[in-house]
Amino acid sequence: MGAFMRLPRIALVLVTLVVIVAAAPKGVAIAPAYAVNPDEVLSNPKLEARARKISEGLRCLVCQNESIDNSNADLAKDLRLLVRKRLEAGDTDQEVVDYLVSRYGEFVLLKPRFDWDNLALWATPVVVLLGGGILAFLVMRRRKARRSPDALSAAEEAAIERIIAERG
Amino acid sequence: MIVEIGHYALILSLSVAIVQSILPLLGARRGDARLMETGTIAATGGFVLITIAFSALVTAHVTSDFSVLNVYQNSQSAKPLLYKITGVWGNHEGSMLLWVLILAFFGSLVALFGRDLPAALKANVLAVQAWILTAFLLFILLTSNPFTRLEPAPMDGQGLNPILQDIGLAIHPPLLYLGYVGFSIAFSFAVAALIDGRIDAAWARWVRPWTLIAWIFLTLGISMGSYWAYYELGWGGWWFWDPVENASFMPWLAGTALLHSALVMEKRAALKIWTILLAILTFSLSLLGTFLVRSGVLTSVHAFATDPTRGVFILCILCLFIGGALSLFAMRASSLEGGGLFAPISREGALVFNNLFLTTAAATVLVGTLYPLLLEVTIGKKISVGAPFFDLTFGPLMVPLLFAVPFGPLLGWKRGDLLGAGQRLYFAAGVALAALLVTLALTSGARILAAFGFALAFWLIAGSLTDLVLRAAFLKVGWRSGLSRLIGLPRSAFGTAFAHFGLGVTVLGIITVSSFQTENITTMAPGQTVDAGGYAITFEKIVPRAGPNYEEQGALFSVRQGGVEMTTLDTAKRFYPARQTSTTEAGIWTHWFSQLYLSLGDPSADKRSVVVRIWWKPLVTLIWIGGIFMAIGGAFSLADRRLRVGAPSRRRQAVPAAVRA
Repeated sequence: MGAFMRLPRIALVLVTLVVIVAAAPKGVAIAPAYAVNPDEVLSNPKLEARARKISEGLRCLVCQNESIDNSNADLAKDLRLLVRKRLEAGDTDQEVVDYLVSRYGEFVLLKPRFDWDNLALWATPVVVLLGGGILAFLVMRRRKARRSPDALSAAEEAAIERIIAERG
Repeated sequence: MIVEIGHYALILSLSVAIVQSILPLLGARRGDARLMETGTIAATGGFVLITIAFSALVTAHVTSDFSVLNVYQNSQSAKPLLYKITGVWGNHEGSMLLWVLILAFFGSLVALFGRDLPAALKANVLAVQAWILTAFLLFILLTSNPFTRLEPAPMDGQGLNPILQDIGLAIHPPLLYLGYVGFSIAFSFAVAALIDGRIDAAWARWVRPWTLIAWIFLTLGISMGSYWAYYELGWGGWWFWDPVENASFMPWLAGTALLHSALVMEKRAALKIWTILLAILTFSLSLLGTFLVRSGVLTSVHAFATDPTRGVFILCILCLFIGGALSLFAMRASSLEGGGLFAPISREGALVFNNLFLTTAAATVLVGTLYPLLLEVTIGKKISVGAPFFDLTFGPLMVPLLFAVPFGPLLGWKRGDLLGAGQRLYFAAGVALAALLVTLALTSGARILAAFGFALAFWLIAGSLTDLVLRAAFLKVGWRSGLSRLIGLPRSAFGTAFAHFGLGVTVLGIITVSSFQTENITTMAPGQTVDAGGYAITFEKIVPRAGPNYEEQGALFSVRQGGVEMTTLDTAKRFYPARQTSTTEAGIWTHWFSQLYLSLGDPSADKRSVVVRIWWKPLVTLIWIGGIFMAIGGAFSLADRRLRVGAPSRRRQAVPAAVRA
């Protein structure tokens, strides 16, 4: 048991080493965000970071499930520039997204809105998880109720005693 | 001539498959051993015939016989030999032929290795296999014949899609299909059991190894495909929640659930009905994946087939098999005996928990993949479902599941002791807590989410090894006898530990790269140096080069750290004249488990400089290494003595002796 108690401390040292070696020298310093092409970058880094964040949620309309942030298509570049133009004009993030939806429809959003049309989409994980959980619970309970063995009757107890006595 | 032999063999295999669909089933009904035996012969013969057909197509591709339409459309005489061979399944018709080849292969394995199976069960299984085979052979011969001739034969072919001209094409589709199609065996066993109306422990002993084999291949296939997309597409992303990726991920999730539930059924005779349903669902999702990819209903980077008649045909196959199997299930499931009583906190209970979450995850991916399609067909509204949706739904589903994984193997069957299991896991908990605190300390508390992610990953890694360490009792009996006890453990214990360890490793890779990768996008001219991920990267020079069927502008970069040259990165923009398309060849340097990833963008207007994207991806390779560990775990589990049906069991003789003593 004594050896076991020391283990967490050894683990602490090990994990420290692993994490430092793995992530620290390169990872902790987070590079400033750049746009996909250097000439698109906004001079204001805060605005640029917001533009990146918005871009990740917008679909490049001519690509398959690719965000405009990842895509090389010309249209994606146009949309990236558009997002930045609106941000520079002083739009909030929501206003930028709304503007793009008004122009290109909900298709441009990679994360569909919470609305009645998308109810089944958003509800599925919750419904399946809860429904499955409740079902599993009910099945387990019903089976237990059905299968729990009745206590032995007095006659059965006596029979067992007799058998034990005979064998013993 | 060879092409005609192949075509003929394929037609012949269809008639054999039709015979195999009917006779063994009749034999099983009537108890006629000779009729039942036809299944074995037909399955083996069918496999031989389809192998001949497939070889004929390979020959046509290798010899560049452009009088065959399929070769003309997808090959070219200047293409390297490797891609002439892999190009056979780099197109719709050829990949469907590979699909049925593998289906027939699995069928013949059951025929050959199933000698100990009850004759009626074997006959029924082979008949169900033949139904699937018949449907897909009809599909190939009626809508996607790879042997169609072209008159007059052109001088040269159109070449293969350049993105597919990679070693990845040699490995990824065959592995994926071995997984996808392998689940057909579990499906056939399930349907056969429903036809028979009987299911017992022997059934589970048979289904588990087949499921394991399919699962191992699918795991490797998905990992491999992810790495291929990562280095080939040049965005440095490794998972895109692309519909085609989802199509292979859904059977994996359901198959993983099936694997765990078959375990309960084998050991404890519980969850019988659920296991049957999962076996049906898993293969149904495989079929759905085939439909999504092959019908061209979703056009994406992967989809290279567009023709509505094919789509409708596969849709009919899909409805027939899924609908048929589920109706049979609805009729017969209630007559199957449920068994095995267990408390909610027990090994069985943990596996039910696992199944619940995996099934929900599969349902989430399913609805996310199909919802845009459904909405467009029903109310004509076009929406997109992409990574942000899955991050928000799939992610939270995985957290409780991953947290619960180390508990499972430590809980007893029937009635487990959660507190006891928790106490045995305190070492793992210590490791996780340490990871949490160290990450918080190093990032000055800025990366809370990453810290919890690391904690979860280390919890999984340490927790998965806990069971082995405790069972070997290193701390009680000392190092040396502990080691001999470790070797003596059943291989399935190693299987569990390896697979769960691999899961932890993958999670560690995902968390690290998504939290701490750095990106550097800039314009560079030869001679310039930029700093990325702690390395000084210098653009050395541009070298024009020519390959067998492409031209490329290679760009060489040197990587230095503290003035010491670490490596050179060779990256290129390739142009394939046959298809008039270009690809990006990323330069990747693997340093321990991390990678420096560099890809070229467009050149500037004056052609003197070029856009360069450089990513430092810490621990990124762990994502795929974890997948390999999972597959190794599966292989260990497969090698377990208990699972080798027919192998003489040492255990069976040892146990009564121990009881007597």
